[in-house]
Amino acid sequence: MALTGVEIFKLLPKTNCKKCGQPTCLAFAMKLAQRQASLDQCPDVSEEAKQKLGEASAPPIRPVTLGAGARAVKMGEETVLFRHEKKFVNPCAFAVKIEDTLSEADAAKKLDEVLSSEIDRVGQKLRIDAVFLSNDSGDAAKLEALAKLAAQKAPEVPVIISTKNPDAAGAALAHFNGKNAVLYGADSGNLAGMAEKAKAAKAALGIAAGNLDELSDLTEKAKGLGIEDMVIDSGARKAGEILRDNTYIRRAALKKGFKPVGFPVINFAEREDQMLETLVAGLAVEKYGSIVVLGSASKWKDLALFSLRQNIYTDPQVPMQVQQKIYKIGEPGPKSPFLITTNFSLTYFIVSGEIENCKVPCRLAVMDSEGLSVLTAWAAGKFTASKISQFITESGIEGELEQKELIIPGYVAILSGAIEDKLPGWKITVGPREANGLPAFLKARA
Amino acid sequence: MPFTPPKESYNGKIFELGLGSGEKAVAIGGENVLSFHGFEGSTPRKPVIALEVQDIVPDDWPQTVRDVYKDVYGDPVAWALHCQDKLGAQAVALRLAGTHPDKGDISAEQSAATVKKVLEAIKVPLIVLGSNHAEKDTAVLVKAAEVAKGFNCAIGKAQEANYKTIAAAAMANDLKLVAMSELDINLSKQLNILITQMGFDREKLITDPMCSALSYGLEYTYSVMERIKLAALAQNDPVLQPPMLADVGMYVWKVKETQAPESDLPEWGGLAQRGIAWEAVTASSFLVSGAELLIMRHPAAVEAVKKFIAEMEV
Repeated sequence: MALTGVEIFKLLPKTNCKKCGQPTCLAFAMKLAQRQASLDQCPDVSEEAKQKLGEASAPPIRPVTLGAGARAVKMGEETVLFRHEKKFVNPCAFAVKIEDTLSEADAAKKLDEVLSSEIDRVGQKLRIDAVFLSNDSGDAAKLEALAKLAAQKAPEVPVIISTKNPDAAGAALAHFNGKNAVLYGADSGNLAGMAEKAKAAKAALGIAAGNLDELSDLTEKAKGLGIEDMVIDSGARKAGEILRDNTYIRRAALKKGFKPVGFPVINFAEREDQMLETLVAGLAVEKYGSIVVLGSASKWKDLALFSLRQNIYTDPQVPMQVQQKIYKIGEPGPKSPFLITTNFSLTYFIVSGEIENCKVPCRLAVMDSEGLSVLTAWAAGKFTASKISQFITESGIEGELEQKELIIPGYVAILSGAIEDKLPGWKITVGPREANGLPAFLKARA
Repeated sequence: MPFTPPKESYNGKIFELGLGSGEKAVAIGGENVLSFHGFEGSTPRKPVIALEVQDIVPDDWPQTVRDVYKDVYGDPVAWALHCQDKLGAQAVALRLAGTHPDKGDISAEQSAATVKKVLEAIKVPLIVLGSNHAEKDTAVLVKAAEVAKGFNCAIGKAQEANYKTIAAAAMANDLKLVAMSELDINLSKQLNILITQMGFDREKLITDPMCSALSYGLEYTYSVMERIKLAALAQNDPVLQPPMLADVGMYVWKVKETQAPESDLPEWGGLAQRGIAWEAVTASSFLVSGAELLIMRHPAAVEAVKKFIAEMEV
């Protein structure tokens, strides 16, 4: 937890020597508290102060990276409990569980599902991020065979190895040296062995506790064994337990500065019932999970969860935007209507959704308005006659249309004359104010 | 190292609101903590899910939902009874979609007769909704309120443009009122204040901060709900203490993800499960962010959400 200026002041030499550039030590302490100065500007600071201040300035939830290379996932570093306060920082990772009791063919199939899970959504590539290789058999050789298969078939995919057996862990981890794997399954019975294997493979250690007391105890002990990167599991399995423990962990880390739980959380959502699994995973997305383990990947479930994660992790202060271009909806011909709107993603989704639903093929020009909706963009000078006409001219769309007619949103009816002036030969038609008026409007023209 | 649970307690409490009467009556709200936070406070009531019924054949619902109700379309009484008896609905939400000027313009008198028939047929509580045409809803809901007197229904939605008449009708007939504003905590607060300034009892209000669908603005509704709930509890703001409604079905079942067949978009997976998941994820997210009352369409999505609610009990 961050220290106040006065608390920092107590740790300073109090000589008011001005070598740091501030008139007094107190002024320097205030700057430090606001993170506008750094401690190394003080030449006389004690080792003790350095250590205390260093600890206090560390992020309350430790950053841990899962995997290496292009598919690496950053976790932790969260700063708030509610997304309206500030953007949630690092979107959670979805991991699909693969048991070492499966046949090689079935395990390979699950790996394929993970590899082929990537979809493009509003310009972002979304995918199942990781695999969770589970030593259900209890047999070290089986876990290693599965690890080998994963390393061969999906070498880029981040890996979590789950076992209670340090020897099995060591053999499996050997396939992922330097790849920031997570070794999950450290408990009170195997902590020392697991910590050793994790350190050897430079893997983060996944603590598998039975409750929050035990969890805090285990992370402290692991720290004593030289482990810094951890992911933590309080043992919560039921949805209500996940909400309770994740809430307590996030609050304790952020509001109490309680370091033993200042790590990314791993949650388990696997259920027989796929629909219920989707909802439990959704809860973990919303309420502070950093790794969400699923029983399987399937396209509909992936799409719903990717979309939810994208929604929850958007910056509440920055509107989502879609790319500026002319989108074709259906298969528009030279006579099909041509409409324009702004690039706020919600505006785009709603307008394109209404057009799709009424099944009238159209061209929809989406103009970059810095993510503002139509009326706001117009008021802010981002959706003006000159910008619209420039966009239309530069798009070269003219050649595709039989008649040069542009339909503008009803909210900016006032622009129609000015656009006509700037786009000679074009007819500007005023469309409905709200997207839900589009079906009636378009059908009436057809 | 012992872990001290950092519990939060609040001064505020959500109003408890009852709907319907007799054995099948339900109540929502009453909690003094965030949703499902029974581990640090009191959550006396579980969320309630109403199934949506319409007064006309809903030609804008996708086939996957229409199929569920194919035997009862066009007969709101049979449809409502199907929801109550076959699908085990805790409540029914009758949307008078056919009163919209573009959808048949059914008269206020005629739709009131429909409301009356449905009320007399079912035992579960009824929520009566207009077509969301601010002007027409005024006439329709005034007549509906008259026939609903004595049934402890909720009517709505009262919006900035039409709240006076609708709130007066709810007050005169002793009904609960859904007040909807557009995705802004301050607008919700303002509308609730305007309605209570007319003498309407704020403990009979249901706040609808406006719903949205997964991928289509879910995060806005989600965060507005969290902010309203925190204001109600932590700041003890009585204006924001009515329970909240998420009118999920109507937002979900018009988006592309619940309509596009797998043959068009193989990377999206099977349409049947995708549509159900879309409604269930949207609904469960809004339960987590603060809604106490949901209106949904697909019974399989309702089933999933009920299982989720059961698992949230600790």
